[in-house]
Amino acid sequence: MEKNNVAISVSNLSKQYRLGEVGTGTISHDLNRWWHRIRGKEDPYLRVGETNARESKGESNYVWSLKDINFDVKEGEVIGIIGRNGAGKSTLLKVLSKITAPTTGLIRANGRIASLLEVGTGFHPEMTGRENIFMNGTIMGMSRYEVSSKLDEIVAFAGVERYLDTPVKRYSSGMKVRLGFAIAAHLEPEILIVDEVLAVGDAEFQNKAIGKMKEVSSSGGRTVLFVSHNMAAVKNLCTSAIVMDQGRVVYSGTVDKGISYYLKSSIQKSNDLLIDRRGMDVSDRFLIKAIELSDGLNEGVSCAQNGSKLVVSVSYFSPKQIDEVYFRLQITSSDGGVLFTLNNLHTDALFQILEGEGLVKCLIPDLPLFAGKYNISVLCAQRFSGVLDEVRDAKELVVIDGNFFGTGKVPSVKQGVLLRHNWYKPEIVTSFGL
Amino acid sequence: MKEHHLEMEKQWTTTIEPDKGSFNLNLKEVWKYRDLLMMMVKRDFVTFYKQTILGPIWFFIQPLFTTLVYTVIFGKIASISTDGLPQLLFYMSGVTIWNYFSDCFTKTSTVFKDNQNIFGKVYFPRLITPLSIVISSLVKFGVQMLLFLGFMFFFMINGAPVSPNSTLLLLPLYVLMMAGLSLGFGMIFSSLTTKYRDLTFLLQFGIQLLMYATPVIYPSSLIAEKNKLIGKVLMANPMAPIVEAFRYSFLGAGDFQWGGLLYTFLFTIFIFLLGTVIFNRTEKTFMDTV
Repeated sequence: MEKNNVAISVSNLSKQYRLGEVGTGTISHDLNRWWHRIRGKEDPYLRVGETNARESKGESNYVWSLKDINFDVKEGEVIGIIGRNGAGKSTLLKVLSKITAPTTGLIRANGRIASLLEVGTGFHPEMTGRENIFMNGTIMGMSRYEVSSKLDEIVAFAGVERYLDTPVKRYSSGMKVRLGFAIAAHLEPEILIVDEVLAVGDAEFQNKAIGKMKEVSSSGGRTVLFVSHNMAAVKNLCTSAIVMDQGRVVYSGTVDKGISYYLKSSIQKSNDLLIDRRGMDVSDRFLIKAIELSDGLNEGVSCAQNGSKLVVSVSYFSPKQIDEVYFRLQITSSDGGVLFTLNNLHTDALFQILEGEGLVKCLIPDLPLFAGKYNISVLCAQRFSGVLDEVRDAKELVVIDGNFFGTGKVPSVKQGVLLRHNWYKPEIVTSFGL
Repeated sequence: MKEHHLEMEKQWTTTIEPDKGSFNLNLKEVWKYRDLLMMMVKRDFVTFYKQTILGPIWFFIQPLFTTLVYTVIFGKIASISTDGLPQLLFYMSGVTIWNYFSDCFTKTSTVFKDNQNIFGKVYFPRLITPLSIVISSLVKFGVQMLLFLGFMFFFMINGAPVSPNSTLLLLPLYVLMMAGLSLGFGMIFSSLTTKYRDLTFLLQFGIQLLMYATPVIYPSSLIAEKNKLIGKVLMANPMAPIVEAFRYSFLGAGDFQWGGLLYTFLFTIFIFLLGTVIFNRTEKTFMDTV
């Protein structure tokens, strides 16, 4: 019974923003709004407005940053909110944490809501660490008594004992973040909102922070809303997920399906050199026409998770039958260095290609790339007569953090590639003679 | 089933709705955050003289020098009447009381702009911030009052015609009215400036002009003597009765009128309520317009 209680219920939530400068026209719109209001009519500007598509220029100055959002979060649930930049995640969190009011709709919640939109809010550089703990704690809604009863814990968690009576302006940026997170983590709200705080701080502290979040949700039965681009963290922490796109909730359900939905939907416009070639109508030469990526479930993705399957499909046109053809894919990092080469010449699987359109595929069972942007260059050649066609940087590949090692952890130095490996301790042979 | 639903309805502790222009002071919530109010006052006080050599002495220096300048310019050079009071005391009383009002007004009028970093990241009743300004300015006012009282006793011992009287007991009322007025005006201005920045320019010289429309550097009797109408208009300024009454209570000369004080009192309540309504409406959406 207790478990099934709804902690947050969001119904028909919408938020409208006005684009462009607040200036001329503002006062006339305000007056018009006010005139409608005193006559008891609906705000005339609520009827206009478009979905929040960044790339395309809209007709109206009003956009809906959030549009008809509905979802419930159960008590003790850790819900991951994922979506592209500009999908409305941060706006949703801002509305939930009462920083800005919604335009329409209703949110009802049970218990104290605290947000970690950015830790260390309200730190005054001239005040000491101790004074700032009290300042920050009370800003977040704690009483002075609550803060002082947790002071030791906070200080120990942040690891700033030595600097407690030093002004915060002398702190390193990492120390400030640690102190800020420590205060927020000990706040013990019923509902905690976390937005990308884990992007800062060193690896040790990130682990501490993730551990604390897990502890908060599992032992305390408290609800956590977690916004992140780090899929590994989402997978590791969350019990359910919602995916947002253009101000709407497009998926809500399990974490795995949510992440997969997100990857599928985030087809970005990449600098795809091959797009022009599709329309090319050359019948006398061999041509690489397109490169498509797939994660084994969905076709046509532009994002892939490390540790997951990636299939690269190369489609081509050949004017005649050619024997012993090989394709070479080179994955280059953004600085142009080749990270690895995939070539069917080396795997002894040369193709015989027929006249006309065709397709070859290359499967990488567990993508060993760190999160980031990469380019795929493709070359096609006949074993003895040489290059048939080559396209450098033919496709952009965006890799996001998945769960390469199955532990949710990734090295903090992101150089080279990820490599599957095992650690073990050899049995120590102790002989009595020694 | 329906009953169960009703039961669910009751237990929501937080409701977030669009701004409906409701009149709700939310004093309960402000009370819950009283520790934050204390911390903010403490912060203002502690950080005021950090890394200064003279420290809290700066609280004295500013009113002292202003008084000296006024004494020289308006007293000695322009020879404006001071109702028969020692010039130094006359100007110091005006400066002390005016400083509190103008400090509160200027600082509260930029609350949203100055705090948009904090306001944009964490929620607490926004009313806490202007309240903390009024209270921390009170500390400064208290210190300056001590300075003023010191000078007053010095002059009294030396036989100056200064006669404090029983209306002194009204001092808390004067302070409360000034706090209410400056808070009300400040909240109105800070709310409007989030959208219309023009008002910041208006405010800069507006406060200065208001000072000249208040009997700070001249007694209101001087104006009433010269022109009855202007004298009446002057008393429409809600700050004028406070300054005059303050002078009368401490120094024994001034235009003390119960009617004027009542007018200011009603005006204060009106401005304070209006300011609170506008402020509460703005706090919900100001992040979108600031």
